[in-house]
Amino acid sequence: MADDLLLEVEELRVTYGSSVLALDGVGFSVPEGGSIALLGANGAGKSTALRAVTGLLRFHGGQVTGGSIRFEGRSIVRADAAALVAAGIAQVLEGRRVFAELTVAENLRVGAFPGRARRREREIREELSELFPILAERADQPAGLLSGGQQQVLAIARALMSQPRLLLLDEPSLGLAPRVVAEIGQALRAINERGCALLLIEQSTALALRATKHAYLLETGRIRAHAPTAELLADERVRASYLGAPAVLGRPEALAR
Amino acid sequence: MTAFFQLLFQGIALGCIYALVALGFTVVYRASKVINFAQGSLLLVGAYLVSVLATGLNLPFVLAVIAAIALLAAGCAIFQMMVLQRVLGQPVFVLVMITIGLSIVIDAAIPAIFGGNARILGDPWGASAVHVGGVTFNWVRIWTVLCTALILALYFVFDRFSRYGLAMRATAADEEAALAVGVPVRRVYALTWAIAGGVAVVGGLFLAGFPGSVNPSLGNVSLRAFPAIILGGLDSPPGAVVGGITIGIVEVMASGYAPGWLGSDFSAVAPYVVMILVLLCRPYGLFGTRPVERV
Repeated sequence: MADDLLLEVEELRVTYGSSVLALDGVGFSVPEGGSIALLGANGAGKSTALRAVTGLLRFHGGQVTGGSIRFEGRSIVRADAAALVAAGIAQVLEGRRVFAELTVAENLRVGAFPGRARRREREIREELSELFPILAERADQPAGLLSGGQQQVLAIARALMSQPRLLLLDEPSLGLAPRVVAEIGQALRAINERGCALLLIEQSTALALRATKHAYLLETGRIRAHAPTAELLADERVRASYLGAPAVLGRPEALAR
Repeated sequence: MTAFFQLLFQGIALGCIYALVALGFTVVYRASKVINFAQGSLLLVGAYLVSVLATGLNLPFVLAVIAAIALLAAGCAIFQMMVLQRVLGQPVFVLVMITIGLSIVIDAAIPAIFGGNARILGDPWGASAVHVGGVTFNWVRIWTVLCTALILALYFVFDRFSRYGLAMRATAADEEAALAVGVPVRRVYALTWAIAGGVAVVGGLFLAGFPGSVNPSLGNVSLRAFPAIILGGLDSPPGAVVGGITIGIVEVMASGYAPGWLGSDFSAVAPYVVMILVLLCRPYGLFGTRPVERV
């Protein structure tokens, strides 16, 4: 089993500054080609977990103080962000973060910066244009002029330009219409079927249900539960806690397994 | 009319030097939001480097210039990597303070090493000039304009079409997003400092050309170029060029045409007057970026 794991996070502890503990012994794993959701409410530590994996913690003044993160069996706790992208971990930041002044085509070219993608840049771009026709249609427009959904598509495509083995997405459904979320869910499934593993961080359940098979529930820095996504989200207590319904609010220990 | 064209030419030549100073500023600022207060001091180092290589080591002048560009570009990149990257993650203010420290060190070290007297640059032009219809074109100024045009053209081609130019623009637009998609942001910062160092050599050598000389006060040009940077917009290289040339022309024209009751040094104030007038209408400068937004 352990051989098939692409990403393996164990007992991860992260602090910001000198004392703020954001993650307290979190563990989760993404199998080769798998699709995993990391669910939780605001402040649960989802983005922190993502930053720890992608090397952006330092940018936010945080540091890993314990535990391990392994990608393809190698420890990546100390690797820097650019090296991790080159190694095959791509990410879509929360809030899309396209380069607004750059054109759509230039945004994609930036995504192909890491070495191994460069030779196949044109090929990859054609593949992505098949998956997302909008990219070719609006190639020469500034990315800032795209709609929210189109920007999200561009952010995902930009991340895919590096030909990742693992794609991490932080709240890609945030602020998007349900129809657009459904489209993005479909696209993520297509990406997953082509062999790229997904780690989806979400607050809303719709996209997680569509795009992932297995889910972890993160609450105030700890994993509270994990199960196949549909099963986890069918659990009444999980739904209540995670959507902030009053029944469980205030006594999260009821969820501990 | 002859006087007008004479002043115009001198203004453009002076403006080219301001444009080079401003370009050095904006390249660093655009990527990292660090206002590099040492840019003027880098010009000073550049001029001394050229002088030492050309008159001390007797290198052919062109070779001396190229070697000085390479040396200062490398020096700046190393300074960025060894010093500024250590404080990465600190507020930008810390980095700005370090650049002020650097400029103080340079401004003190140059006279300590070379003495306070002026040196000769070792350039082949001296005071030679061509005269066309009563207007004097000093060769050093003609080369100032030509070299500045060449450097700006190279820079803009690099910025627009090269891989690292694209990386610089992406980093300028959103540093974290650039990191997230695998742009080696630290290398980009080192590169912007190398560019700042390289253009400083060219700016410095022409600043020291006739009728000037290589002397410890050359670095003060950064204060005079300041209105050019603000005028063009802190984060806009094209703005640096337009702002620089505008301010150069304004300064020289003011020295030629300002009436006596404005005082004898009004030409030094005129650029600031223009800067304030432009900022009243365009607070981001002529070309400064406002965020692209969907309406």
